[in-house]
Amino acid sequence: MKNQSITNNIDWISIIIYTVLVLLGWLNIYSSSLSSMQDTYEKQLIFILFTIPLIFIVVSVDGKFYEKYSSIIFIVALLSLAGLFLFGKTIAGQRCWYAIGSFTIQPSEFAKAATSLALAKFLSDSQINLKDPNRQIQALAIILLPVLLILPQPDPGSALIYSIFIIVLYREGLPSWYVWTGFITILLFVLTLVIEPIYVVLTALLVIVLVHYRSRLADRNVILSSILFVLITGFIFSVDYIFNNVFKQHHRDRFNILLGKAIDLKDSGYNTNQSKIAIGSGGWLGKGFLEGTQTKGGFVPEQHTDYIFTTVGEEWGFAGSLVVIALFAGLFLRIIYLAERQKTKFSRVYGYCVAGILFTHFFVNIAMVSGIFPTIGVPLPFFSYGGSGLWGFTILLFIFIKMDANKVNEW
Amino acid sequence: MRKALLPGLITIATLLLVVRIFYLQVVDETLKLESENNAIKKKYEYPERGYIYDRNGKLLVANQASYDIMVIPREVKKTDTLEFCQLLNITKEDFIKKIEKATVYSPRLPSVFLSQLNKNEFAAFQEKIRKYEGFYFQKRSLRDYEVNFGANIFGFITQVNEKLIEKNPYYNSGDLIGKQGVEQSYEDLLRGIKGVKYLQKDKHNREIGPYKAGKYDTIAVQGQDINLTIDAEIQKYGEELMINKRGGIVAIEPKSGEILALVTAPSYDPGILVGRQRSKNYTKLYRDSIAKPLYDRGLLAEYPPGSPFKILTGLVALQEGVIDYNTTVFCNRGFSYARGRFMGCHCHGGALQLHRGIFESCNSYFATAYMKTINKYAKPAYAVDVWSNHLKSFGLGQFMGYDLPIGKRGLVPTSKTYKRMYPNGGWRSTAIVSNAIGQGEVLMTPIQLANMMATVANEGYYYTPHIIKKIEGVPIESKFTTKHTTTIDKKFFKPIISGLFDVYNLGTARGLRVEGIEICGKTGTAENSTRIGGIKVKMEDHSIFVAFAPMNNPKIAIAVMVENGGYGATIAGPIASLMIEKYLRHKITRVDLEKRILATSLQGRYAKLGGLSETVKLQLKIADSLQKLKTGTPKKVPLTTDTIKEKKLASQSNEKPKYNK
Repeated sequence: MKNQSITNNIDWISIIIYTVLVLLGWLNIYSSSLSSMQDTYEKQLIFILFTIPLIFIVVSVDGKFYEKYSSIIFIVALLSLAGLFLFGKTIAGQRCWYAIGSFTIQPSEFAKAATSLALAKFLSDSQINLKDPNRQIQALAIILLPVLLILPQPDPGSALIYSIFIIVLYREGLPSWYVWTGFITILLFVLTLVIEPIYVVLTALLVIVLVHYRSRLADRNVILSSILFVLITGFIFSVDYIFNNVFKQHHRDRFNILLGKAIDLKDSGYNTNQSKIAIGSGGWLGKGFLEGTQTKGGFVPEQHTDYIFTTVGEEWGFAGSLVVIALFAGLFLRIIYLAERQKTKFSRVYGYCVAGILFTHFFVNIAMVSGIFPTIGVPLPFFSYGGSGLWGFTILLFIFIKMDANKVNEW
Repeated sequence: MRKALLPGLITIATLLLVVRIFYLQVVDETLKLESENNAIKKKYEYPERGYIYDRNGKLLVANQASYDIMVIPREVKKTDTLEFCQLLNITKEDFIKKIEKATVYSPRLPSVFLSQLNKNEFAAFQEKIRKYEGFYFQKRSLRDYEVNFGANIFGFITQVNEKLIEKNPYYNSGDLIGKQGVEQSYEDLLRGIKGVKYLQKDKHNREIGPYKAGKYDTIAVQGQDINLTIDAEIQKYGEELMINKRGGIVAIEPKSGEILALVTAPSYDPGILVGRQRSKNYTKLYRDSIAKPLYDRGLLAEYPPGSPFKILTGLVALQEGVIDYNTTVFCNRGFSYARGRFMGCHCHGGALQLHRGIFESCNSYFATAYMKTINKYAKPAYAVDVWSNHLKSFGLGQFMGYDLPIGKRGLVPTSKTYKRMYPNGGWRSTAIVSNAIGQGEVLMTPIQLANMMATVANEGYYYTPHIIKKIEGVPIESKFTTKHTTTIDKKFFKPIISGLFDVYNLGTARGLRVEGIEICGKTGTAENSTRIGGIKVKMEDHSIFVAFAPMNNPKIAIAVMVENGGYGATIAGPIASLMIEKYLRHKITRVDLEKRILATSLQGRYAKLGGLSETVKLQLKIADSLQKLKTGTPKKVPLTTDTIKEKKLASQSNEKPKYNK
C-alpha cells in the first residue's frame, strides 16, 4: 500500500534523467575499456544491477527513518572515515578504501549523504537562526568534521565538495558576508598564484583605501579597515607560503600548468593535454560510438573513471556533450525545484544539499577534463566507473526522491 | 535572492562549460590535428620501381632486394650473442653499441639495427631470425644496374628533398625519387603509386590494428616498365671510345627521332650510386668541378659548331637563291672579306663550287655564300632574322622538347643579338661573317648537331628527339610522332648530301671510309680558349664530327664532340665512323683504328685545366670496369647474390692500385 503511494507520487523526471545518465555512462565505459583490455564495463554493469535492490531498499524504508536516524547515520559515517586511518587500504597513495577481499569500498562517497542528512536535521531541529554566531559555528562544525577526516587521506577532491554546503547555509539564512568572504578568498588565492604576492597586497590596500574614503564619513572605521588589510595581507602571504612550502611539487605543477606558468606535456600536463585533445578531436558530431581514436589508443589516463567525459567528447562530439551537460543541469534544477516545494525544512535542506553536491562534482569534473580547473580527482556522478561512487550518488539522490514522494503524506 | 543563488550558479557554470567545450570541439582546430598525430599512423607500401630496357628489349636497370635488420630493444631477450654477431659479421662491441643507440632512441619503437644487407649477407641470418626475439627485417628495393654504362641516361634515385615535399603532396620525407635522366622524366611511370594503410596507434605508439577497418586504405600500384630508344650496344661502345676524353656523342635514328646513343664523358658506373656507398660516391662526383662527370655534355655543352655549320649556311643560301650549284668562288687559301680582314682556309684553293666547297670544307666559299645571304636584303638586321628563322626551323636556338629533364638552348643570333652587341648600329655582313663557318655567335649542343644531321638525312624534316620507345600499354606522346618540316625545300638537300658523301671519298675524312657503308659526314674543328689563373689561354681545338649513314636509307645520324681533340678527322671522325659501323654491322673491321682510339688519352691536355688527379682516378676506374666487361656481355637475369659479391670485390680490388699510379 505504501509502495503504491510512492509510485504515484514519485518524481519520474528525475528518475528518467538518472537512468539515462547511468546507461550513457556505462556505454562510454564500455568504449573506453576496449583499449585497456580490462573488464571494467562488466564490473560496472554489476554495480549498476546492484543499484536496483539498493534503490528499492532506499525508497522502501519508512519516510521518517532518515530524519529520525540522521545523527546515528552521521556518526557511523564519521567513524567509518576515522577507521580508515587504522584499517584503510592505500591505493595510489590515497588511504580512502576498505578492502573486503578483492572488493574495495570508499566511505567518503557515502559520507556526503550522511553529512547532508545531519545538516538538514540540524537546521530543521528547532527555530534555528543562522544569524546567531553560535549556530553558525555548530553548522560549520557539522561540515568541517568529515572534511578534517577526508583531507589527510589525502583526498582534496572529496573535501572540496563540502564547500558547496556554504551555499546551502546561505539559502537558510547564513549572513551574506560568508559567501562574499568565500569568493574573495578564492579570488585572492588565484591572484596570489598568478602574480607576485606583493602586487596583490598593494592592490588590496588600494581597494580598501578607496572603499574607505568613498564611504560616508560616519561609516568610516579606520580600525576595521586596518584589521581587514592585515587579514588580507596575512592570507596572501600564507597562501604563498603554503603553496611553496606545504604543497607537494605535483600539486604545484597542476596549478602552474592550469595558470599557464608551466608547460609540461609529458608529466603533470599530460593528462590535461590528452584530455583536451580527445575532447577537441570530437568536432560537431564526434567520431561515433567505439570509433574514438584517442579512446581506442588509450591516450587519456584514467579515462573510465575521472576522465570518462573525454569519451563523450570524442565519440559523440559537441552534440553529445551538450546533451549530457543539459541532462545534468536539468537534473540539478529539477531537484532545486522539488526542494523548494518541500513542506518540511528538513527535506528542503536535504534537497539543496543533493543538488549542490551533484553540481559541484559535475562542475569540477568537466572543468578539469576541459582544462579550466586543476587536476583534482573528482568523479562525474552516475558516469564514472566505480561501485562506491555510483551507489553513494544513487543513495544520495533516492533518499531525496523518497522524501519528495512522501511529502503529501506528511504529518 | 537567497533562493536564486544556487540555480544561478548552476546556470552560469553550465553555460561556462558549454562555451569551453564548444571552443575545444569546434573552434580550436589544432586539437584535431594533434589527435591525428597521436593516434593514427600512415604506413606506406612502396611498389617496385619499373624496369628499364633498351630498344631491343635488353634489360638495363632492374631492382634488387636489400634488407634492413630492425630491433625493438625492449623485446630483445638474452640470446646467443656470439652466434648472432657471427651471422651478421659484426663484433660484440658493435652489437652492444647498436643496441644502446637504439635504446636511447626508444626502447619501445623499432630502429634500424643494420641497414642495406644484400641477399647473400641476409640469407644466413634469415633462417635464424625467429630465434632472436626483438629483431625483425624490413625489405627494401634498390636499383640494380645490369650494365655499367648509361649513368647519364638513367639518372639516379635519391631521397626527396624538403622543397619538393612542400610542392608535391605525393612525397613524404624519406621517400625516394628519380633525379636526372629518365628516372626523373619518367618518374611518375616508373615509381608507380604507393599504397597507404591507416593504422590505429596506442599511447605507446604501438600499432593496434587498422583504422576504421581499413576504410581509407589504398593498394600500391606497380611501377611501369619502359623501353628506351637507346641501343645498349652502341651506347656501351660509345662510352668505351670516349674513355680518357671529354665530350659527347649523340646518335639519332633520322626516320623516328629516336635517340640511339647519348654518351657523355667522363661518366661513371651507375652502380656506384646505390647502397651504402651512395652518398660518399655522389659527393665525389659532385665535387669534381673540372671534369664534371655529372654534367651531360651531350645535352648541355654549348659549343661553337665549327665547320658542320657550313651545311646550314649552304642550305640557307640555296633557299634564299643567292647561290646555286654552279656558283663559283675563288679561294686563295683564304678569303679577304674586308679591308685588312682575312679568313684563312685549309682547302686546296682555286675555283670551287658548292660540292667541292663542302667536302674540302672551304671557308671562302661559305663566307661568300653567307655574305650574299645577308646582303640580299637592304637591311642586314632583317637579313639576319631571315637567316635565323631558317636555322630555328632546324630546332636550333631553342629547347628541343625532348624527354630528358635537362637541356640548353644553344644560340642562334638574331638582329636583337647584334643590336645588343653594336648599340650604335652600323654593322654589316662583314662583322658577322664568322657565323658562316660556325665560329661566330652560333652555339649548338651535340644533340642539336645530331638532330641537324638527322634533318639533312631526311631531306628537310625531323622528329623531336626522344628517348622513350615503349611504355607498358601507353603510346608515346604525339609530340614525338609529329613531323617538323624545315623552311628549306627538299630539293636543296640532295647536292649538300652528295657533298657530304664525298667528304669520305675525296675530302677531309678520306681516311675514315668504311668499306660497304655509304657514310655522309662533315668534320669540324672549333677554336676555343679558357681562363687559367685569370689569363686567357688558347686551348687545343675541339674535335667535331657529324655524319649519317647509309646515304640512301639513313639509319643513324650522329654527332661527336671531343673537347680539345684537335682536328675533326683525328678523333671525332674515327669515333663517329666506328659507331656507325658498330650500329649497322655489329662488328668492327678496322681493328687498328679502334685500338688507336681506345688508347688515345687526352688527359695530358686536360691537365692544364687542373683537377687531374681526381679525374684520372675516376676515368681509370671506369676504364677498368668497362674493359672488364668487354670480355662478356652483361647478364640479362637479375643479379644473383654471387654477382653482387663479385662486383663489390672487383671494385674493391680495382680501387687500391690505381691510387698508386
